[in-house]
Amino acid sequence: MAFIDANTADKNAYDVIVVGSGAGGGQTAYTLTMDGAKVLMLEAGRKYDPAIETPMMQTSGEAPLRGTGTPEKPFGFWDATIDGGWQVPGEPYTSASSDPARQFQWWRARMLGGRTNHWGRISLRNGSYDFKPKTRDGLGFDWPMDYADLAPYYDKVEMLIGVYGGDEDLENTPRSPKGVLLPPPAPLVSDLLFKKHAAKLGVPAIAGHRAVLTTRLDHARLPKLLHPGNAKAQAILAADMQKRSACIFATPCGRGCSIRANYQSTTVHLPPAMDTGNLDIVTDAMVRSVIRRNDGKAEGVVYIDRKTGNEHRAKARVVVLAASALETVRILLNSEVANSSGKVGKYIMDTVGASLGGQVPLLENMPLQDEDGVDGLHLYTPWWLYQEQLAGKLGFARGYHIEFGGGRKMPGMGTAAGMEWLNGGNYGRKFKEDARRYYGSFFYMAGRGEMIPNDDCYAELDPTVKDRFGIPVLRFHWKWSAHEIGQAAHMEKTFAEILDAMGGRYSRKPQSGEKAIKQGGVIIHEVGGAMMGNDPKKSVTNSFGQCWDMKNLFITDGATLCSNADKNPTLTIMALAWRASDEMLRQLKRKEL
Amino acid sequence: MDRRTTIKWMFAAAASVPQLQGLSYGATGDPLAREVAAGQAGYGTDPDLVKVWKPGGPWPLTLSEPARRTVAALCDLIIPADDASPAASAVGVVEFIDEWISAPYPNQRADRTIVLPGLEWIDAESQKRFKKKFADISAAQRAKIADDICSPANARPEFATAAKFFSKFRDLTAGGFYTTPVGMKDIGYTGNVSLSKFDGPPLEALKKAGLA
Repeated sequence: MAFIDANTADKNAYDVIVVGSGAGGGQTAYTLTMDGAKVLMLEAGRKYDPAIETPMMQTSGEAPLRGTGTPEKPFGFWDATIDGGWQVPGEPYTSASSDPARQFQWWRARMLGGRTNHWGRISLRNGSYDFKPKTRDGLGFDWPMDYADLAPYYDKVEMLIGVYGGDEDLENTPRSPKGVLLPPPAPLVSDLLFKKHAAKLGVPAIAGHRAVLTTRLDHARLPKLLHPGNAKAQAILAADMQKRSACIFATPCGRGCSIRANYQSTTVHLPPAMDTGNLDIVTDAMVRSVIRRNDGKAEGVVYIDRKTGNEHRAKARVVVLAASALETVRILLNSEVANSSGKVGKYIMDTVGASLGGQVPLLENMPLQDEDGVDGLHLYTPWWLYQEQLAGKLGFARGYHIEFGGGRKMPGMGTAAGMEWLNGGNYGRKFKEDARRYYGSFFYMAGRGEMIPNDDCYAELDPTVKDRFGIPVLRFHWKWSAHEIGQAAHMEKTFAEILDAMGGRYSRKPQSGEKAIKQGGVIIHEVGGAMMGNDPKKSVTNSFGQCWDMKNLFITDGATLCSNADKNPTLTIMALAWRASDEMLRQLKRKEL
Repeated sequence: MDRRTTIKWMFAAAASVPQLQGLSYGATGDPLAREVAAGQAGYGTDPDLVKVWKPGGPWPLTLSEPARRTVAALCDLIIPADDASPAASAVGVVEFIDEWISAPYPNQRADRTIVLPGLEWIDAESQKRFKKKFADISAAQRAKIADDICSPANARPEFATAAKFFSKFRDLTAGGFYTTPVGMKDIGYTGNVSLSKFDGPPLEALKKAGLA
């Protein structure tokens, strides 16, 4: 079993088809194949091999335009994303409103491993409040599970992929059991400066959590914990863990990692899954719809070979959609299945984003030091005002965390640019002196906050527009509520206060919430659209992502999330996928599917 | 280059500077740059990320030889040689700026409409003040012009547009220079090396920031 072509795949019999190869699809395929299920994975993008395609140590100066972002490579030339971005040629989406504030930006990647190749690797657990938000403040929806239901799967995912973090135990910011996390990296000078001065404002700073191997994984201990009683799985994983190197504290994670020192599906989930011999992968396979049998069950999927344009049909006992939340919504709507509740496409969410940066004189003219570190989030600030908020003192309902940083990072097009606000504008030897003086003295803070699902944010099929394969596309409706806008204003005001406390200066004043908040979708944490729940009339799936209307159709990407806590969703998606896959295996063994 | 944009830009400058009104575009007969070809492709959404890229590779360069001389003179005015590092033009910044303003992407196309008229203006200004092109005047003479346009906040109204051009050009020069090996060394970037462990800041850095 291996990479195969569509014609071969169509003839084979599989236990499970997994649509998508990112965090959700990768975890699903891993869990299923390690337990012996025969899986066909369909990926819309091309085959991608990080071992030979990653620009590990190239400098900005070695890229066209010094690596700066363009519409063809929005996150910069060296970013791992292939055939992706806010727009994918030939694959449009539309917006119901011409007002930019009511438009949604949809990031996609068309490559094996999807967005996990370039993501920020920030891996935060939801806390107990995050599963029962409606119970706590009356807004949004409760999940059909508690933190205790998912905690064992957070443990498993963290041990499998490798996540660094500390052992702080703060409100609604769960710590992991001993022996699960890797040690956090040493903070940078700018991190410590933030920590010292933010503390005066009651703002905490603790070790970040990211899926980066600060040390190698313990291949002797972890496989036994992850796959008890499964000697074959233990052996495969132990061998694979030994092929992953520790971080070399250089080169940005967003380029991907050829030495497999951080998590991406292509370096962590797929290699051991392939080693089981139970996984076939077809790339360039654009899924159009789920095939519904006469008895109401899923028979398989219809997909289009992007290279030939030919239509194919793959069949299996179970179909899993993990195409990314909104692509999964699109497949469901085009299939006209699993939607007796009418909730498919409803309650889509992104993360609230606002940011402010400035310059800190205490960080000028620093001694030479290598501050590449693990490329971000050595420290971060979890939400710290739960009680004030519950008491109604803030005027908005949910919290945010702060991602902050500075340091002497690899120079790019922003280096020594736009210094007029500091030095008035000069040239010559004085300019070169100022470039040295100010380099490394800039500091940014970005808020990442919880959005509450609302009736104004949803996706539907556009009545006329189709993509280049003839598949109807999504049309988005979007509107932030006063909660998100109030939260964004609070972010910028807080960031300005912290910069003041650090003795820093900012190039612009904090803005109103309406101006500060990023457009929907821009933070690329879109989730929802096929919400899980306890009531088939009000939700699309049960807590295992199993569709109420089609028992052998599961969803293991972000589409099932009932809320979008400020914690970046990828770790939660993986934990849910593992839990769903365990349930799939139980039902397969009981021949219920 | 886009002549309509140039003329518009020159006109805006001329409107506030009566003495510039006699200037006519292209009087020397030397076009500053070839047009960026209509429909010029970029590097695409799946470029080779492990090959060595050079200016002129992903799309053709367009600056004329006289324009490149002006660019070199301006780059080296902004980043001259000093004890720490050579001048900008010595490490490929002219080629980089040519790559930038010849690129088919929206931001770079917009910058082209600032840079090309700016190059034309600065030669014209040099001719007016010193009867020679900018590349042919002395360092002291270049400084006289630069002093009038290096600060957008302080530039006199008649130099406001030229000051905006200078700011843009300065940013491009800096980005081009500090991303080269000598530029990275000059500014004090010591990363991008493989380490077996990450120790965090040295004590002297902590002391300097009031943290130890």
